Amino acid sequence: MTTQASTPAAAVTAVSRAEVEEFLYAEAALLDAWRLDDWLLLCDPDIKYEVPCNDAVDGDPDQDLMLIDDNYTRLAARVTRLNSRHAHREFPHSRTNHQVFNVQLETSGDEISVTALFTVWRFRAGRSNCYVGRYRYRLRRRDGQFRIAFKRAELAITDLRAVADVAIIL
Amino acid sequence: MSAETGHAVTREAQDEAQLPLVVDDPVTQRFRVHRSALTSPEVHRAEVDRVFGKSWLYVGHESEITEPGDYVRRSVGGRPLFMVRGVKTGNVNVFHNTCTHRGAVVCRQDSGNSKVFQCFYHAWTFDSEGKLKGVPGRDAYAGGLDFDELGLKRVPRLETYRGFVFASFDPDIVDLPTYLAGAKDYLDIIVDGCGGSAELVRGSHQYSFSGNWKLLVENSFDGYHAESTHDTYFKYLVSLGTDLRGGVSGRGVDLGNGHAVIEYSAPWGRPVAKWEPLFGESSRADIDQLRADLVNKYGAERAHAMAEMNRNLVIYPNLVINDIMAVVVRTFYPPAPGVVDVSAWQLAPMNEAPALRQRRLDSFLTFLGPGGFATPDDAEALESCQQGYASGGVEWNDISRGMGRDPLASDEEQMRVFWRRWQQQMGTAADLAGGAR
Repeated sequence: MTTQASTPAAAVTAVSRAEVEEFLYAEAALLDAWRLDDWLLLCDPDIKYEVPCNDAVDGDPDQDLMLIDDNYTRLAARVTRLNSRHAHREFPHSRTNHQVFNVQLETSGDEISVTALFTVWRFRAGRSNCYVGRYRYRLRRRDGQFRIAFKRAELAITDLRAVADVAIIL
Repeated sequence: MSAETGHAVTREAQDEAQLPLVVDDPVTQRFRVHRSALTSPEVHRAEVDRVFGKSWLYVGHESEITEPGDYVRRSVGGRPLFMVRGVKTGNVNVFHNTCTHRGAVVCRQDSGNSKVFQCFYHAWTFDSEGKLKGVPGRDAYAGGLDFDELGLKRVPRLETYRGFVFASFDPDIVDLPTYLAGAKDYLDIIVDGCGGSAELVRGSHQYSFSGNWKLLVENSFDGYHAESTHDTYFKYLVSLGTDLRGGVSGRGVDLGNGHAVIEYSAPWGRPVAKWEPLFGESSRADIDQLRADLVNKYGAERAHAMAEMNRNLVIYPNLVINDIMAVVVRTFYPPAPGVVDVSAWQLAPMNEAPALRQRRLDSFLTFLGPGGFATPDDAEALESCQQGYASGGVEWNDISRGMGRDPLASDEEQMRVFWRRWQQQMGTAADLAGGAR
């Protein structure tokens, strides 16, 4: 549901769901290819990347325990870590398959709020795991390119017993 | 302090049939654990009764149920229980989560507030004190129903210490303070460091991995692995401007009854109260003030212990409280020899100022938890050990590091304290083969 018609004309040029989907697919492809440095280029310097706890999916990182609450510095450190041979949980890397569905968007000001469902499969050493949940993004468009200002992965799975950890980027 | 810890058992002194799984030889300064202790289904079955059935086990924290009728569900020693604040008494009650009629669980949500717990199967209804209040069609019981007898079943023993709620399935176990022995002092330091009263932060980490639970015990207070396993974390600290030159330095302490702690200084910051660049320049004055307050309240020596020293505490058998760059409360249980289910929470000062709380939450996530920069690599290490045992060829793990000297935090004495108590509870291998149910 694109609602650009209701926003001030100056704020944002029309954004179609197809464009946002293309961006999300491209992002997923970078993550699945472990091109994490390129993926980081999609992130604005004021990005927040959040994964709330399974039992508090509405968690507020200023008050509640989270699984991940990264600003740009920590996200960049996460990428550095995952690129290294010393991130033992991800060396060798898992094969992942980031799948994105049910994309909905709403523009407000100069940002596009996006929700989407995800299934992230992770395969490693004969083991298969699956993360299921909902993404919440805030995207910005600059010079015809989208940038991620906010990404949050709210897990539908009720705990991490089957998946063990969130060592990969969802 | 180690009143109940085990005696030295030399392998030579044992009849072969009575060979223990833990061999503690002070003559050769060797301490070894037979790998079947980490893989055997018979050992696992025996642990359920002899360790988890005969210890005080952590249930939860009083701060989780502050209001009358507040409840949380828990699995403790593999058994579904629930903890509820009684509406009439205000007491912490812990019940077996099973209807006294025909068994269905009566508390079916992980947390909430309720005056009554109704079994949905036949609608028997219990109050928050466990009393049976309602049975549909009770005139069908010709002999009458003894409502007092049919109340929810309480765990055999229940006690709390500084807000931590423990239960035991052994009616004859020593009281909790006696059991905790030297660990009491460390719980005191942690809670006093929280300004005297602590709470669990909302949200929990519920994860599992494919390794024996005792590997997690060892890992939870293993100073030796920090630099090698957690290289990426230390590099992250360096990138923020932390000076690693002080390293990790301290000692291991036997607290009695299988409990032990390592206490040490480390490069990372502590929200109470050691500033490091991770916290941001703007927080420096706040953290220095917290430190000054501790000195005023507790004196320089205790304040130093609270602010500068880190504590990785294991309360036998399965409660870990690590007071490091934040405070994690972690308990775990093995549904099978090669699997451990972990539940972890974050402990913080009650009514902490929002800015301080925010920094604490942030600090926690750098290292701890399934999305942190360290915990996933620990899980990988423990799974790797478990995989290694399947290779065979090597029968024993060596846990001798630091024997014969005053134990350092990077030695393995704290693990030996755990294993001695475990051996004492478990008995011999021959006993297991014949006696496991």
